[in-house]
Amino acid sequence: METFYEVMRRQGITRRSFMKFCSLTATSLGLGPAFVPQIASAMENKPRTPVLWLHGLECTCCSESFIRSAHPLAKDVVLSMISLDYDDTLMAAAGHQAEAILEEIMTKYKGNYILAVEGNPPLNQDGMSCIIGGRPFIDQLRHVAKDAKAIISWGSCASWGCVQAAKPNPTRATPVHKVITDKPIIKVPGCPPIAEVMTGVITYMLTFDRIPELDRQGRPKMFYSQRIHDKCYRRPHFDAGQFVESWDDEGARKGYCLYKVGCKGPTSYNACSTVQWNEGTSFPIKAGHGCIGCSEDGFWDKGSFYDRLTDIHQFGIEANADRVGATAAGAVGAAVVAHAAASALKRAADSRKASETTDA
Amino acid sequence: MSTELSVAAADATGVDETAVDHGQSVKSVYVYEAPVRIWHWINMLAILVLCVTGYFIGSPLPTQPGEASANFLMGYIRFAHFAAGYIFAIGMIARIYWAVVGNHHARELFSVPIFTAAYWREVWSMVKWYSFLSARPNRYVGHNPLARFAMFFVFVLTSLFMIVTGFALYGEGLGMGSWADKLFGWVIPLFGQSQDVHTFHHLGMWFLVCFIIFHVYAAVREDIMGRQSIVSTMVSGYRTFKD
Repeated sequence: METFYEVMRRQGITRRSFMKFCSLTATSLGLGPAFVPQIASAMENKPRTPVLWLHGLECTCCSESFIRSAHPLAKDVVLSMISLDYDDTLMAAAGHQAEAILEEIMTKYKGNYILAVEGNPPLNQDGMSCIIGGRPFIDQLRHVAKDAKAIISWGSCASWGCVQAAKPNPTRATPVHKVITDKPIIKVPGCPPIAEVMTGVITYMLTFDRIPELDRQGRPKMFYSQRIHDKCYRRPHFDAGQFVESWDDEGARKGYCLYKVGCKGPTSYNACSTVQWNEGTSFPIKAGHGCIGCSEDGFWDKGSFYDRLTDIHQFGIEANADRVGATAAGAVGAAVVAHAAASALKRAADSRKASETTDA
Repeated sequence: MSTELSVAAADATGVDETAVDHGQSVKSVYVYEAPVRIWHWINMLAILVLCVTGYFIGSPLPTQPGEASANFLMGYIRFAHFAAGYIFAIGMIARIYWAVVGNHHARELFSVPIFTAAYWREVWSMVKWYSFLSARPNRYVGHNPLARFAMFFVFVLTSLFMIVTGFALYGEGLGMGSWADKLFGWVIPLFGQSQDVHTFHHLGMWFLVCFIIFHVYAAVREDIMGRQSIVSTMVSGYRTFKD
């Protein structure tokens, strides 16, 4: 099997460009310059690890994002680097030929390939809502996961469920970690995840031959340990108390904080405010719209994208925690006032009765 | 002559031994020790600050004029919230410690004798008293049974809930690996995500506001209509009985 370096040289990439890629990778992973030779040596000596990329219920936005990676460029580096042996969206082969590759890799590299999953399996109606190669996706997923070294859950679909799992979730779309429980799973949520985050996670795994450090919920700490809010360039306006009060107002023109128009930056863990999108061109908040929290669990079910507080539907339409609470406090206040009035009347009546008794 | 003189003097000086001689004598019991009283009032101030600043963190004040560098309003509001949160939490720990070493009234907040029939009889008698169905309540030295129930199930449990969810959210700002994240970070996935913890933290605040309305009303009403002192007890420590 060829090493990464051999593949790169064959593709006409100079050693200089290769070293540049190694330093860029080290930087994007938050590593010091001392790690550059380590990455270079790993790439020169290690055989490429096969990656099988399965597609369940999804919209392909993860793939669309992935092929736009700028650092490293997906076209020149990653696609050759990772030996992406099966990806029904990107591969040239189709039909039986494609499925044959899947079986071949599974036998040849048993226990040594990485399974990347985009989308999730629906469990209702025996998984009939998503059929791949004539069989329910859930069967394919279980089959390929059996001998995988590790699983990457691409995007919010595979990580949390996303739109197809939003209430009432008619097909019972289920995130990967609830179906496959005996393999290490790396969640890379986002709808889609940032391209450089995707390639960064893969590069880390191949270079260091281990899965990156994960947080409590199974997300790589290097990209998901801080909220959008913590590194937002509009944060000074938040701390100063300067907000966009409504769309197209003075605050919006001045680029104030979007907190009051429902920005989910304070509750969303992702790297958008640092890595940004499309070669670091922009990200939603920079474009003047609040974060919708697409990398968070169940973000479709947290009410409007434009409300700061989540609606609580059990209390009726258009009720949030503050409205429910203020109504309850108002009711309690009214009850207390009524009880106080009744107490005062009772006391007055009692004292009149007492004075009548004394008079007699 | 001398009586008239002393009455006239009493109007001016307030010293009126005759009236004192004819007054009824009142019994009193030392109930709340100094640490309990000090905690109560510090806690009250902390909760007041927490509710007001917490509300303004969720629904911020109108936009401040001028440059961002000249303003730090949200920063100050959040600082006040976090500082009061620390005082609230540390106060709760100190209060729990005092429940262990203090007198038996100091323990009433943290336990409810729900398996004792006599306790429930007294709860019922308090319910009747509040429903105007009994003419005279009993005399309670510590908390009355109904108050004790509310103190534990509403105040103490909600406070602990607010401390846990509050420090979980605080840990998000301190960052992964911070002490607050290590101790309370598990709360966030338990609720789903950060947004859900925010929602429940808001609801908890309103629950405490409802408790405070009841608490202040019941204390003042009991002071006027009941048979023992309530409000002054939390200042002096002595429960006095009027009859």
